[in-house]
Amino acid sequence: MKKKILSAVLSVAMIAALLSGCGSKADTAASAPAAAEPAAAADTSADAAADTAEEPAAEPAAASGELIKVGIINNDPNESGYRTANDADLQKTFTKENGYEASFAYSLKNDEQIAAAQKFVQDGVDYLLLSAADTAGWDSVLKDAQAAGIRVILFDRTIDADPSLYEASIVSDMDKEGETAVNWLASQNLDEYNVIHIQGVMGSAAQKGRSGALDAKVAAEANWNIVTQQTAEWNADNAQQIVQSVIDAGTPFNVIYAENDDMAKGAVAALDKANISHGVGKDVIVMGFDCNKWALEELLNQNWNYDGQCNPFQSSYIDDIIKKLESGQTIDNKTIIMDEKGFDATTITQEDVDNYGI
Amino acid sequence: MQKSKLQLSTLFRKQIFIPLAALLLLALFNLIADPSFFKITLGQNAAGDPVLSGYLITILDYGSELAILAVGMTLVTAASGGQDISVGAGIAITGSVILRMLCGSNSRPETLQMPIICAFLIAVVAGMLAGAFNGVLVSWFKIQPMVATLILFTAGRSIAAWINNNELPIISEPSFGYFGNFIPGIPIPTPFFIAVAVMIVTALLLKFTNLGLYVQAVGINAQSSRLNGLNPTFIKFLTFVLLGICVAVAGLIKVSRLSTINYSVVAKDIEMDAILAVALGGNSLGGGKFNMWASIIGAYVIQFLTTTLYKFKVDSSALPAYKAVVVILLVVFSAPTVREFISAKYKLLTSKNEKEVA
Repeated sequence: MKKKILSAVLSVAMIAALLSGCGSKADTAASAPAAAEPAAAADTSADAAADTAEEPAAEPAAASGELIKVGIINNDPNESGYRTANDADLQKTFTKENGYEASFAYSLKNDEQIAAAQKFVQDGVDYLLLSAADTAGWDSVLKDAQAAGIRVILFDRTIDADPSLYEASIVSDMDKEGETAVNWLASQNLDEYNVIHIQGVMGSAAQKGRSGALDAKVAAEANWNIVTQQTAEWNADNAQQIVQSVIDAGTPFNVIYAENDDMAKGAVAALDKANISHGVGKDVIVMGFDCNKWALEELLNQNWNYDGQCNPFQSSYIDDIIKKLESGQTIDNKTIIMDEKGFDATTITQEDVDNYGI
Repeated sequence: MQKSKLQLSTLFRKQIFIPLAALLLLALFNLIADPSFFKITLGQNAAGDPVLSGYLITILDYGSELAILAVGMTLVTAASGGQDISVGAGIAITGSVILRMLCGSNSRPETLQMPIICAFLIAVVAGMLAGAFNGVLVSWFKIQPMVATLILFTAGRSIAAWINNNELPIISEPSFGYFGNFIPGIPIPTPFFIAVAVMIVTALLLKFTNLGLYVQAVGINAQSSRLNGLNPTFIKFLTFVLLGICVAVAGLIKVSRLSTINYSVVAKDIEMDAILAVALGGNSLGGGKFNMWASIIGAYVIQFLTTTLYKFKVDSSALPAYKAVVVILLVVFSAPTVREFISAKYKLLTSKNEKEVA
């Protein structure tokens, strides 16, 4: 009897193995195009290199009618919704139709990014657009770029390097994002603020800016209390557990200040489980950041109260700067801070969701 | 008198003693520090269904994914003498597959494209494929398990993002949330039932097949088990495929909790917790004999520890450090020299007592 069952189980397992054998072929076939993509990208940049070798005349910046060569170094678009929107925005702007010849390089690792920058310098691009993974280690490659007459524009992230090495830096002001959010919260005129503060990865620019404003306010006002302050490392699961723990303890709270949308979503899941109402005119105020489209929809449905923008659309700013530089103008202020909004659930419209959702 | 002493000393020598002692220690700590830890209340969730809440329920709820993973990880560890570090990435892949199947190409579907059970079964196949990939590398190509699974560990989250074209689908269908939350009318969290189901299947598998025996034989000495007519290659492969099924089940729970997924952070570092659960269960990480139930209790102990730390508002970025302390204690106590020392002391103590009684 036992043997029969065993043989049955084994034969099922073998059939499964057979099937999985077939399936894995399909899997590799399907993943092949994905693998081919970066290769193709490498090809085009190699072509670009060949082009510059053939026509050295193109070196001194392109006049009208010629394509401006830009090398764009960015973080991996899979990193977050922010990055996906950021990359899509860049891809949309730097096209042949708009007079650009763009090559892209993606990495979350600083050394790989620096290697990509060196390659772009060798290829002789006109502009190097850079969103650095790490702030350190860029001096030498940027000096090489300067020597080769390549102009560098930083976007999204700053670096520790002499400002003379780059033309402009287009960034979000995280401190201001936090201030906007905290001012909005203060304008709600609650009798008492008992805040669950869910932080991002400690030490990141976004976490510092968004935490700083709230910490300052809590220290200054007597009726502002922090119920708990924990990092969920941008992770919805962790945020859910943190809020769940406060609910289990029975501590009262009326504000959830989550430093990104994912964590706000996790927090709301814990609230729903415990039947604590949240949103406009309800028991708990929910605040998030980044303006993901789905988060703005939550605002539209009045389930959340506030969402702070972290603007990923830098390409129009970059485009402006390049046009100015091409026409011989100089950039007066190297640090350009983008406009960023904060959305209130009582005033948000469908248009806002479509325009600003990422 | 004599008999109870005998039972005590045999219990001490039993493998399951370690996780049980850890569990008891944590429970005792909470009982002394704050007995309200054990309070369970019956309330309602936002949908008006009855739900139990309290720290113990939270532990059963969030510990379940880990318990399911610990089942598979125990088998892999026992057979191959190594660990699979790609389970977190595997959860991202299987979760992504479930969403892709349910949503199709539309990231905000009004209706589901197929029954949830079909999507889940496809995800199980995907999990088995990922497991088979690891299994082939480990069993046929004889690559060290940690190195072999490093491939999916690195690539898995990108594959998960690619499956859904890098979009983050959200499912609004309420019944999809049942698996990670509560089934209407049943006040106990569903993940616990799923974990129990996995345990029952595992128990049946171990009782009515020779799987457990074969796995241990291969883990203790692959060469001699081959000489005894077993096929070590296939058995190692099989354990990885079984772990793949566990990963798919855990993936379903994870995705269902929030009805969405964030590829880069979902189930982050869960592989380390799963390995820790196996170690906490007193199983040798070098393979060979194993005790499934000790691993499962180990998984809940880890969640018990996490929930306790959250309750006492320990900085959540410090959680890994506390887990590290547990690992150090474990390693020390499971070292043969320390164990011999303790049991020698224990014998000395009991023999003294006996003399005094006499």
